[in-house]
Amino acid sequence: MVENKSHIEEVLRNVTDPEIPVLTIQELGIYQGFESEGDKITVLITPTYTGCPAMDMITVNVKSAMEDAGYKNVVVKLVLSPIWTTDMISQEGHRKLKEYGIAPPVEKTTDSSFLSGEEKVVPCPQCESKNTQLISQFGSTACKALYKCNDCLEPFDYFKCY
Amino acid sequence: MKYVLQLADNAMILGQRLAEWCGHGPILEQDIAITNISLDLIGEARVLYQYAAEIEGGGKTEDDYPYKRDVRDWRNLLLVEQPNGHFGYTIVRQFMFDCYHYFHLKAMADSKDERLAVIAKKTIKEATYHLKYSSEWMIRLGDGTEESRSKMQEALDDRIRFFDEAFIPSKLENDESLKGIAVDCLSIRDAAWTKFTEVCNTATLTIPEVKFPQKGGKDGMHTEHLGFILAELQFLQKSYPNSNW
Repeated sequence: MVENKSHIEEVLRNVTDPEIPVLTIQELGIYQGFESEGDKITVLITPTYTGCPAMDMITVNVKSAMEDAGYKNVVVKLVLSPIWTTDMISQEGHRKLKEYGIAPPVEKTTDSSFLSGEEKVVPCPQCESKNTQLISQFGSTACKALYKCNDCLEPFDYFKCY
Repeated sequence: MKYVLQLADNAMILGQRLAEWCGHGPILEQDIAITNISLDLIGEARVLYQYAAEIEGGGKTEDDYPYKRDVRDWRNLLLVEQPNGHFGYTIVRQFMFDCYHYFHLKAMADSKDERLAVIAKKTIKEATYHLKYSSEWMIRLGDGTEESRSKMQEALDDRIRFFDEAFIPSKLENDESLKGIAVDCLSIRDAAWTKFTEVCNTATLTIPEVKFPQKGGKDGMHTEHLGFILAELQFLQKSYPNSNW
């Protein structure tokens, strides 16, 4: 098979996240490139949260997207470094998250000041109101917190800083 | 490798304990929060067991350690194997562990072992949320109603004897070959106790005097509870050896 780097890159860039299907793995920042040796392609992925149960599903999705594109010998390797942070979510990713109803992270990556820090203002993704309230630090998945908008009264997920 | 297992065992057993809350949380949000923390800890255990398997070699996998070792081979702290009790007991146990875990990971990020340092830098992001969560519940319930306060105080009075084990170095941790790799657990004691005291004070709880501090987990000497946890955790592997997905 003639190796075609930009084709492989394009296939991989279009794989979506199983939990947040509007985001591709590249927009989410977990796609870390690939290496090829002969016809063997090793795709590098870094997990969001260490225990993220979607990683197995992402591995399967990457393999099947590659297979559909004609690449049969694909290995997905999970790497811990570089350490994923919410800063790696692209601008386009932020926009799509909000459109999907998930408030994107409002600040840079977590640091220790957060332990004693004030609650952040997370604008409601539905009505833009800043009058929102944290319901639970842990939401429907490890990477999200649960908020409520006091103006439009809708509950919403917030992609918390990591 | 034994040191890596010791770290993994703490995360694994506490993760398993917290998973017992799944479907039983006092309210839905807390059920989800507790199981989120459980998931983070099991994730941490997995990357450590994977590392241990690589060091040991010989075809070992991450599953061999949690599923195929008996009580005396586990090196986790006695604290993490203690039963969930009521929600107050779970929060007190979690808060004590988080005080230790957070400062431990902070120190481990400077380990000479690069793999451990990376794991620490990653998991501390999660442990920060855990510490924030358990601190908030200590305060909410401690400085809450008469009933919630007395339940928290009862849990604290009972579990305090398990707190200090984390900061007493075992023979393994003191080993010369682990210098610069293993965290000097005595060195993080002050920071952990300062955080612990500060939150207990805000929560209007009295820190009891420790009369009989308990230890032994790091040397494989466990309380009766670990056997029951393993019976459940390892049931499938024991009934159907080497079964797989």
